[in-house]
Amino acid sequence: MKKIFLIFIIYFSSLNFLYALIEVDITRGNLDPLPIAVSPLHVDIKSTEYEGIKIKELGIDISKIIERNFKSTGLFNPLKKEAFVQKPDIAHLKPRFEDWRLIKAQALVTGKILVKDGKLKVEFRLWDLTAAKEMTALAFTTTPSNWRRVAHIISDKIYERLTGEEGYFDTRIIYVAESGPKEQRIKKLGIMDQDGANTKYLTLGNELVLTPRFSPTNQMVTYLSYFRNLPRVYLLDIETGMQEVVGNFPGMTFAPRFSPDGKKIIMSFAEDGNSDIYTMDLETRVVERITNHSSIDTSPSFSPDGKYIVFNSDRSGLQQIYVMRSDGNEVKRITFGSGIYGTPVWSPRGDLIAFTKVRKGRFYIGVMRTDGSGERLLTENFYQEAPSWSPNGRVLVFYRETKSGSKGEGFSATLWSIDITGYNERKLATKTDASDPSWSSLLSK
Amino acid sequence: MTKSLIYSLMFHSVMILLTVLTLPFMIRQPIDLPPIVSVELIQISDKTNIPFAPKARKIIEETKKKEERVVSDQAPPAAKAKEKPDRIPLPDDTKEKKKIVKKKQNPEEIEPQIRQSSEFEKKEIVDTNQIAALIDKAKEEEAVKKDKVAKLTQSSVKNSFATGLTLSEEDALRAQIFGCWSVPLGLPYDKDLLVRIKLKLKKDGTIMKSEILDHQRMNRPGQKFYKALAESALRAVRLCQPLKVPPTGYEKWRDIQLNFNPTEMLKG
Repeated sequence: MKKIFLIFIIYFSSLNFLYALIEVDITRGNLDPLPIAVSPLHVDIKSTEYEGIKIKELGIDISKIIERNFKSTGLFNPLKKEAFVQKPDIAHLKPRFEDWRLIKAQALVTGKILVKDGKLKVEFRLWDLTAAKEMTALAFTTTPSNWRRVAHIISDKIYERLTGEEGYFDTRIIYVAESGPKEQRIKKLGIMDQDGANTKYLTLGNELVLTPRFSPTNQMVTYLSYFRNLPRVYLLDIETGMQEVVGNFPGMTFAPRFSPDGKKIIMSFAEDGNSDIYTMDLETRVVERITNHSSIDTSPSFSPDGKYIVFNSDRSGLQQIYVMRSDGNEVKRITFGSGIYGTPVWSPRGDLIAFTKVRKGRFYIGVMRTDGSGERLLTENFYQEAPSWSPNGRVLVFYRETKSGSKGEGFSATLWSIDITGYNERKLATKTDASDPSWSSLLSK
Repeated sequence: MTKSLIYSLMFHSVMILLTVLTLPFMIRQPIDLPPIVSVELIQISDKTNIPFAPKARKIIEETKKKEERVVSDQAPPAAKAKEKPDRIPLPDDTKEKKKIVKKKQNPEEIEPQIRQSSEFEKKEIVDTNQIAALIDKAKEEEAVKKDKVAKLTQSSVKNSFATGLTLSEEDALRAQIFGCWSVPLGLPYDKDLLVRIKLKLKKDGTIMKSEILDHQRMNRPGQKFYKALAESALRAVRLCQPLKVPPTGYEKWRDIQLNFNPTEMLKG
């Protein structure tokens, strides 16, 4: 009996103790970018020369690319190297946390590289300076000519560790490279790293190319090209350079795009003078009709799970955005705002749809939830369109054209990026004018 | 039958007794009175009616003049007090000195009071509109963030009831941590991302021990966002050291729990 009493008393007194714990809710914080120090990677003295690469400066070059990547996100603030107290060789082994905290850094990246026998070996570590502990450490080996990609991969790993979402630095952007006067534009397919380096041209420019789109699963591209004034859908393997014609389609064909598994292409074309949405199986080449409506249906894009399709239609009078099941059933209009909506693209994260909106002669790039709620217009300009998502669904790349004079003078087309918060708008450096960008998935997946 | 009834009654009465004795909401806690704020009443004028605006100025000016006079009237005693030592010292010198000291002190005591009163009055004249504007602004903000406020007030009510921190102490702590916490911006806004951190503090506000309450969740697959958030919260607490804690009542705030919830921020 006594025991029972004791148990009761202990139980209730412990309850009393729990009630007394002070709880404070923290619902706000600052939005300042995280101060991060990227120490130049230490070059091992055993390193041997490698043709075409300055080994001694490789460490600092890689750290500069990492810094530039971080800066471009708007989430990190890479600190100036002049303020660093500790040298890279010692910092790599065990940083003096107090010294780094002095310059107000919260995270530190250190690393070591060794070039030997024609191979590049890289080690890097990420340190949490406030907790004085290592957050992540990785090592990998590759060919030295891949050093830029090494920098991007390190950036991705650190970004992922600090933000919880996948990075997007080891990626490429394909676009239509434009040159020449406005009336006689030469359009070629261009491809570059996401930071603007390593630009290459994939077509010669004899024929007009339009709407290149990356496959979400591999390094395949589908695009539209005019051959003897007939639109053709092409498939291009970037790794091998192999190109093939998927098919000739009648009338106006628009914007072919891959399904999430990369096995189908979805597009719109006009079978009997009226544009509808079709899919084509890349293996069997069987074409399937998805919509059958007297209005113009264009710009289809799959949801990442492949269950839904978002597209444009003018069935309500003005061009608006609609969502339907992937078999064409349950069509639902999701935009009701004033203005015209176009080029909807489902985010790879699945939570948002990006679009172009035209209202009172101005062009907006915006995002909204998949049911059409929570519309946010991120940027406004004279002419801009065709948003494409970064593989982690956080940043959009799109293109912008300037107003030109009566003879086409002063005309330019440029690529821009903006993140889904609407801050951090940046112009991407391209060698020529550029339009219609498409972002690849991560190369090292 | 009767035996079991008696047992039942006994147990129930014991339960009730224990509940009354131990559960905090059953105990009538002494009313937590806020610290006493002294308020001085100052006569603005003989007429206490609220005057019309143009008249008010005159009255205020008059009162100011009056007060200036009061100051100048009262100031001389200091000078007079100085004169006193010139008198012929009496046999009980020490007593006299004490008196003089007292007299010297008195005018000095009065003076700042008068100054305060006049400053107070000036502020009141200048600020009436601004205060009104502030109230309006506050109303607007209230309307916009009604949900938020409701939640906050609920939590603070809960806290002031159950704990030893006053509202202002809690606000000071909260504001301090707001400044230290760099919220990772890439977080999804539609997920449950509450991070609870339990701290054991030293008397000076530095952290003896910190513990993430759901730390198992950090290492589960698919919880990378949670991990990033939890780590950012821990960084914030460590950066903020020493925390702004009240000078007294250490036992009450030695153990403290911080609930980091960025949902409101990420939505906006």
